Amino acid sequence: MSEKKKITVSIMDGPFENARTVTALRLIDIAARRGYDITVFAYEGAVSLAFVKQTAHANAVHGRDAAEEDHPLPREWIAALLQTATANGGSIDWINCGLCVDERGMSEAIPGTRRGSPADLLKAAEAADGTLIIGTR
Amino acid sequence: MAQYTFIASRDPFESRESEHTMSLAGELRRSGHEVTVFLVQNGVLGARKSSGSQGLSKLAREGVRILADTFSLKERGIDHARLEDGIEPAELDLVVDHLAEGRRVIWH
Amino acid sequence: MAKRILQIIDAPYRCTIEEQDDPAIWITHAMKGAGGEFGVLLRASAVNYAVKGQDASGLSFGDRKQTQPMRVEHELARLMEKDVAVYVVEEDVKERGLSSGDLLPGVRSVTRAGVARLFGEFDGVWHW
Repeated sequence: MSEKKKITVSIMDGPFENARTVTALRLIDIAARRGYDITVFAYEGAVSLAFVKQTAHANAVHGRDAAEEDHPLPREWIAALLQTATANGGSIDWINCGLCVDERGMSEAIPGTRRGSPADLLKAAEAADGTLIIGTR
Repeated sequence: MAQYTFIASRDPFESRESEHTMSLAGELRRSGHEVTVFLVQNGVLGARKSSGSQGLSKLAREGVRILADTFSLKERGIDHARLEDGIEPAELDLVVDHLAEGRRVIWH
Repeated sequence: MAKRILQIIDAPYRCTIEEQDDPAIWITHAMKGAGGEFGVLLRASAVNYAVKGQDASGLSFGDRKQTQPMRVEHELARLMEKDVAVYVVEEDVKERGLSSGDLLPGVRSVTRAGVARLFGEFDGVWHW
């Protein structure tokens, strides 16, 4: 039996600001469906992606109430990805960089994520088959 | 020899750096490495045949594999029939394949 | 043995006032301290990080003064003291009206064409 693949992804963008977030989550989704062991190191603004207080809203410009608008919330996407990975025999270790959490006041993250440090990124990268760093601008 | 995959996410019409990164891709290819450029997000804006896409076509002729994310193409209404010569549409899965294979995957 | 990683930085001064550092340089320090092995390549306008004489001090917002402004050249010098090689792309330096005399001692120059060769000296390339 071949060994389970491990990938590490580091991201930096907060929610609703940049297409990089969606591309990163698409990559993680693909790996989760394959049952890979995935480490995500959320650095800088990305620690806000799993913030519990993200809230959907209506959109008068679109003419839709909150239910109809069904606004994406990255915290829900992440929760779904965590489940998908587990359901397919893999895992996602979602790590929020602790100092970045502190300075942004983002201590309330969804269950299944944890606080960590750059040492975690290094450790995960050393063990991974492949590592992708997605910077920001 | 190594295998490199550049994920080219930036609009090439906005950033000179895209040109430099593509030059780097060509240099790595000429050095004998296997090189893939995967266009994603606004990076696919350079895939539609135009005066700005010829650099990618040249890279493809030099042996760099140039791919464009099908979702990003669809999102921007870029018909596959209008892609520059040498650029193929591809699924993002290929990037995950390359990561899992241990290729050097570099975001740009 | 730790993998040697080349950290590429090309977008300078993005959040350096608020963070009192460049996040990519900072994380390189942190991971070096955790046992990693790195080199740093400054390209595009990030070559300016290697310029001597930068001064980000003096800001205040209301009566709240910034007491610890970023000192990026100092952080690069500290990286070099820890045996992290710092490279700049020669053409990017020249295009910005700089010469080697403007830069921190110890910074190494590499041509654009030479970057491909530099990649080969590392086990991985991370672009921040």
